[in-house]
Amino acid sequence: MAKFTAKPKDLIQIDFKNPKTGWMDTPVEIREHMFCHPAKAKELETVGFPNIHEWRPQDENWNLPEGWKETVLNGIKERLQKYRSFHVFMDICVRCGACADKCHFYLGTGDPKNMPVLRAELLRSIYRKYFTASGKILGKTAGARELTEDVLKEIWYYYYQCTECRRCSVFCPYGIDQAEITMIGRELTNLLGLQLGWIGGPVANCYMKGNHLGLEPHTIKSNIEMMLDDIETITGIRINPTFNRKGAEILFVTPSGDLFAMPGIYTAMGYLMLFHELGLDYTWSTYASEGGNFGFFSSNEMAKRLNSKIYAEAKRLGVKWVLGGECGHMWRVLHQYMDTWNGPADFLEVPKSPITGTVFDNAKSAKMTHISEFTADLIKHGKLKLDKSRNDHLKVTFHDSCNTARGMGMFEEPRYIIKNVCNHFYEMPENTIREKTFCCGSGTGLNASENMELRMRGGLPRANAVKYVHEQHGVNMLANVCAIDRATLSASMDYWVPGVGVAGISELVGNALVMEGEKERTADLRGETLPGKEGAE
Amino acid sequence: MSFNKLLSEKKPAILKKWFDAILDTYPAETADFLKKQKDRFANPVGSTIYSGMDSLLNSLLNADDPDTISKYLDDIVRIRAVQDFTPSQSLAFVFKLKDAVREEMSGESNAGDFPGELIAFERRVDALALTAFDIYMKCREKIYDLKANELRNMTVKLVERANLIFEARYRDIDLKDLVLEGNKSERGE
Repeated sequence: MAKFTAKPKDLIQIDFKNPKTGWMDTPVEIREHMFCHPAKAKELETVGFPNIHEWRPQDENWNLPEGWKETVLNGIKERLQKYRSFHVFMDICVRCGACADKCHFYLGTGDPKNMPVLRAELLRSIYRKYFTASGKILGKTAGARELTEDVLKEIWYYYYQCTECRRCSVFCPYGIDQAEITMIGRELTNLLGLQLGWIGGPVANCYMKGNHLGLEPHTIKSNIEMMLDDIETITGIRINPTFNRKGAEILFVTPSGDLFAMPGIYTAMGYLMLFHELGLDYTWSTYASEGGNFGFFSSNEMAKRLNSKIYAEAKRLGVKWVLGGECGHMWRVLHQYMDTWNGPADFLEVPKSPITGTVFDNAKSAKMTHISEFTADLIKHGKLKLDKSRNDHLKVTFHDSCNTARGMGMFEEPRYIIKNVCNHFYEMPENTIREKTFCCGSGTGLNASENMELRMRGGLPRANAVKYVHEQHGVNMLANVCAIDRATLSASMDYWVPGVGVAGISELVGNALVMEGEKERTADLRGETLPGKEGAE
Repeated sequence: MSFNKLLSEKKPAILKKWFDAILDTYPAETADFLKKQKDRFANPVGSTIYSGMDSLLNSLLNADDPDTISKYLDDIVRIRAVQDFTPSQSLAFVFKLKDAVREEMSGESNAGDFPGELIAFERRVDALALTAFDIYMKCREKIYDLKANELRNMTVKLVERANLIFEARYRDIDLKDLVLEGNKSERGE
């Protein structure tokens, strides 16, 4: 909601039509509920980010450091030289508009500066002005403009209204990756100390404690113990996982949201039950206790620093390979960056399921396998005893997380698992799933609460498709393989499609998994009574 | 011809005018897109608003019950309540229906025959505006609820654990004694 400032006499004359000005002549208006609070100085100090200073997005004066313009221009220059892709993306766009209406933020806000082409143009105009002959000479005619404080604010405002989901890239005939442009844009703002609290905080926590939430070893252990208590109540089985155990065959790394946040903990309960049932020789780590990487939303260097702990811990513990939990951007990082940044992990072996003998060749180099690939393989080989009817109270649809779908091309495994653990599965419309999936609207560190309006707008296209299957088939559960999805789609569903819950796939597996020696189950992992079991206890 | 019959005949033109009026509240490029893209999943805002307006007009003509009307209105208002509008801008579209009806009716030679019916219709539109206001407020309250709930969900496990520790430590102690003890220690006794 915009700020209500109209006076009575203005109200009488109010014109509800929008002004028609070109984008360069439409100044940015930093609106409440659309941005996240700035990071705290101590968080930025922890990791040595530059130009830390006090500022607020809604203020006229951002207290920019002296020489800020040179810092930005030098930053662009350095990145043009360093990243060939960035240079190409600055030059190659023909403004065909294929991407324009593919962005969930544009669809939800209707703000033309949320069209991916225009979002990129905010930065391209600076590139042209300072780095191309035509821009230097012809200026605005060549789509170039001066870098001013207002322009910087505009870039900041809109580059934190992009979740780097890459849906627009699917439709771009040149394959321009808007996510990379946003990453660079954010790196530039980071050079000036203009970081978000929701990114800066998790980054500092991750750097100091190993995970975004800043959970210390004893807290991680006691959180998992609480889950074990709940599992015992539901199944009658006491599970005893190990932590930081040297010599384990597999190191398991998952987003820390699974250890603490609702409904992520039910997903973690699913992991614990599955591994116990398999008798898997694995260990949790209280150091590599975060698969996610909010450094990825601040700078390439920061992402690399935070990621390094995974291989380091695998080496320290002497495991053979690494298994990863359900997360979105974690998998873009692991799948496309980790090996280059911190590899080669030649001290590890190519992941091989000790249960089925399947060798995961797709992870030959990175040595890390996704839990859905691992679970789907188990089901395919008939290694799990499953009672689908325990999920009969759920009518499930699947939301492809942007990063597992477009970032690593994993479409079939989650669907295969769902179909084997649930009797009721319904797909959302074709142009909203798989590689065309819509973002949850809150990724890349935008999952704060103060920007709830932005999140609801960005979440609308996804929710609109969920609403359709909810109305058509009575869908009441939105399954996914991403911790940010689990945290943020709950709010989105609550606003747009009340009556639809959110669950990780491993939670559904945990419900259906028939465990050796378990008592008759009367409740699901959430403690809700199973249909037909009322009064059984 | 009755007023309702005339209104039914004019419905497509009225709907078009009414839809155009709400599109005018969006930037020109966006308005164009919201109007032209017919796929409801590729254009959630435009298609939801259009089908909501269409259903609302039908409901007004059929004198449907308030719950049905409220549902269609909810689809539109829920979107506008989180977009870049002041409250008045969000809901002004309801009143634009009156303009659309009057403009379409004004060309009709016998439109003047139903002053009573026109006023009655416009009263229904006013009632619609009040319902829209209720929905708008519910949506805004929901946004603040969501913010509060997220914070609560983040800390609920912490509080749960704190309670468990508390219970384990002070299981055999009367809470009253504990408070008294605390007061004493605060006073430095």
